[in-house]
Amino acid sequence: MIAETGLAALWLAAAMSLLQLAFGMAALRPAGAELLRAVRPVAVAQALLVGLAFLLLIQLFLRTDLSVLLVATNSHSAKPWLYKFAGAWGNHEGSMLLWVAVLAAAGAAVALFERRLPERTLVATLTAQAAIGLGFYAFLLFASNPFERLFPVPPEGKGLNPLLQDPGLAFHPPTLYVGYVGISVAFSFAVGALVTRDVGPAFARAMRPWVLAAWIFLTLGITAGSYWAYYELGWGGWWFWDPVENASLMPWLAATALLHSVSVLATRDGLRAWTVMLAVVAFSMSMVGTFLVRSGILTSVHSFAVDPQRGAFILALLALYIGGALALFGLRVGTVKEGATFEPVSREGALVANNLLLSAILGIVLVGTLYPLLVEAVGGGKLSVGAPYFNAAAGPLALVLVLIMGAGPLLRWRRDRLGEVARRLLAPIAILALAAGAVFALAPGIRILPLLGLVLAFGIGAASLAPLWKRNLRRTPLFTWGMVISHLGIAVSLGGMASEAAFTKEVLVAARPGETVQVGPYQIRFDGVEPVAGPNWTAIEAKLTASRGGSPFVLRPQARTFSSPPTQTSEAHIATRLDGQLYTVIGPEDGGGRWQLRLWWKPFVTLIWLGGGLVALGGLLALIGRVRRGGRKARGGEADA
Amino acid sequence: MKRLILWLPLALFLAFLAVVAVRLGGKQDPSIRSQLIGKPMPEFALKAAAPGHPGLSAADLRTGQPRLLNVFGSWCIPCQVEAPQLLALKARGVPIDAVAIRDRPEDVAHFLARHGDPFQRIGDDPQSRVQFALGSSGVPETFVVDGKGIIRHQHVGEIRPENVPALIAAWEAAK
Repeated sequence: MIAETGLAALWLAAAMSLLQLAFGMAALRPAGAELLRAVRPVAVAQALLVGLAFLLLIQLFLRTDLSVLLVATNSHSAKPWLYKFAGAWGNHEGSMLLWVAVLAAAGAAVALFERRLPERTLVATLTAQAAIGLGFYAFLLFASNPFERLFPVPPEGKGLNPLLQDPGLAFHPPTLYVGYVGISVAFSFAVGALVTRDVGPAFARAMRPWVLAAWIFLTLGITAGSYWAYYELGWGGWWFWDPVENASLMPWLAATALLHSVSVLATRDGLRAWTVMLAVVAFSMSMVGTFLVRSGILTSVHSFAVDPQRGAFILALLALYIGGALALFGLRVGTVKEGATFEPVSREGALVANNLLLSAILGIVLVGTLYPLLVEAVGGGKLSVGAPYFNAAAGPLALVLVLIMGAGPLLRWRRDRLGEVARRLLAPIAILALAAGAVFALAPGIRILPLLGLVLAFGIGAASLAPLWKRNLRRTPLFTWGMVISHLGIAVSLGGMASEAAFTKEVLVAARPGETVQVGPYQIRFDGVEPVAGPNWTAIEAKLTASRGGSPFVLRPQARTFSSPPTQTSEAHIATRLDGQLYTVIGPEDGGGRWQLRLWWKPFVTLIWLGGGLVALGGLLALIGRVRRGGRKARGGEADA
Repeated sequence: MKRLILWLPLALFLAFLAVVAVRLGGKQDPSIRSQLIGKPMPEFALKAAAPGHPGLSAADLRTGQPRLLNVFGSWCIPCQVEAPQLLALKARGVPIDAVAIRDRPEDVAHFLARHGDPFQRIGDDPQSRVQFALGSSGVPETFVVDGKGIIRHQHVGEIRPENVPALIAAWEAAK
């Protein structure tokens, strides 16, 4: 009965989104003003129903109800409960249900909390949100039904891909989806504002907290996903330029650009058309990413069940939504008057440079991700580009972007003088020069990109704190703190990336028990291997004793063999120290009593994710600051600066 | 002019749609006939790309036995996907050499340690010179070379499990 109730709730939610669309379209007609008030409650009801459907799916997985096709193909009764729970979204159908649930929840949040937008624009926004939802409900109900029954009922399920059997799965996809799909609000805001021709500072101030909220989750999701890949794939790398990773990076790049251009629109009434465009692009990137991953037209290590029919369905939805929004943009944005102008050397100028660079990087990632398709379209077969292309093309632009990020917040709005700016940047420039000298002295043979990365990390880290210089810290607005901490986080993360690239020590050896290997500052003794068993796996576990002067500690990397489905994975053991991580992996035996060990010492690699966390924290502070000020303003308090 | 620019995003998106729609609708035929099929392997000599494997020259492919030549990169994701199929081919007795494109020895070593090592010789092609000489513009690609060093078959893109029989047939035919 649970499955049937879930399916019914899903159908009802779809009906609600249809109703929301119909009410919204009617309300926007001149005669439909009395319908304006009906749209918000429908949006909330829709979210409650699809939320119920999702909870019921989780319930089916927790019970391992094998009469449901999805549970039988993706779960197993011997799985630990956390993975039964997370298994609900570790597959195509379940994750699409989560996708739609987040979409509906975002719409309901706008319906419940958005008070700044004019009512007509708000209704247009919710109508756009309903239109998106309707297509994806149809996709779920007609092409990806998660509640489909299976008869005869099998005695046991097929199990979950062991790579996904990790606590990360419980948190990473939902976080990413809230960001990924939450950015749909920006898309709907843009469509709403184009429909009512209402693009201006008030629109930007209303949209900003929603963009911020989605962006925080995207940042967290990407950071967590990177760490997950780092320790779970057992390869020592933290970013692989996999199509699935790019699919999450592209909306983040667009949302980051949007976050900055929306500031120009809110404060100075500039960049109207550009901001609307970015809002459309950000969510379009989410949808394109979903399509690329789910249709299977790009090869990825993250494999989902591939089905060309599903691909065609999502493609039709893309054509409808993105094509529709871009057509509306072409038709309407010409009638949006351009706002205030500004000088090149100004806060706006720096933000425009930020936007252009972010867009260029987005373009590079998009072209690289789509390259196999482009080559094939001109008859060249299916080929792939990887890290060499992405690093070489996007790396230098990213460094210039970081440089501008250091200077931008110190510029005044409208117009500034270069001499003045240089004076404000004196201390950071001095630190940058010092860092350059120190890196040259300590690491003479360093490659150019890591060198620039390290030097910029120090200089820009200092510059990002400069906006707090000589300010009363207790009276500094929370959103200024947010900006400072986010920018500092970028510098910290950059430092980690550069340090990892420049100073990592790696050793690949075939060792006999009792032998000792030197990795960076560590002496590692290989004590031997022993078999161990878990709930649904067995493993060979190595015992490694590591020391560098102080007291030794033990690492136990494993090579696991899962029973259902039969798969082998390597579980790295990572020891985290203040100045870096020791990363150990055990490989197969060579037949002569020697085991393959892969050992890395990665100085300050943790800064990569710590920086990502700081970026998200900064976003959270800015969000709280914006919402509080917005609330005060709504109650007639102090004016916005 | 300005108005036209406003329609540019839509035009780009429609181009993307067209490309993707063709890709989704079209039948997949991974084997295309390269200009080089039936011709001898171009001359080259590459240094070793990974410890434990000798380098590769065109002469090494003229052994009297047909061989596979796999063009790959440790950074290439489809190459990871095809690794089990190459191991299966090796298990069937097919000798396989490789050219590593734009790679570093330690990365190649990690790749082989992680995904299995089906290769006998691996040549290092840091600037993609040999790759271009082979008429290949990306990775992965796999060539069947007969005992006299003549290219008999080309497979573009990753080798999926369903492609293995065709490759074995091409290898048998080259004997």
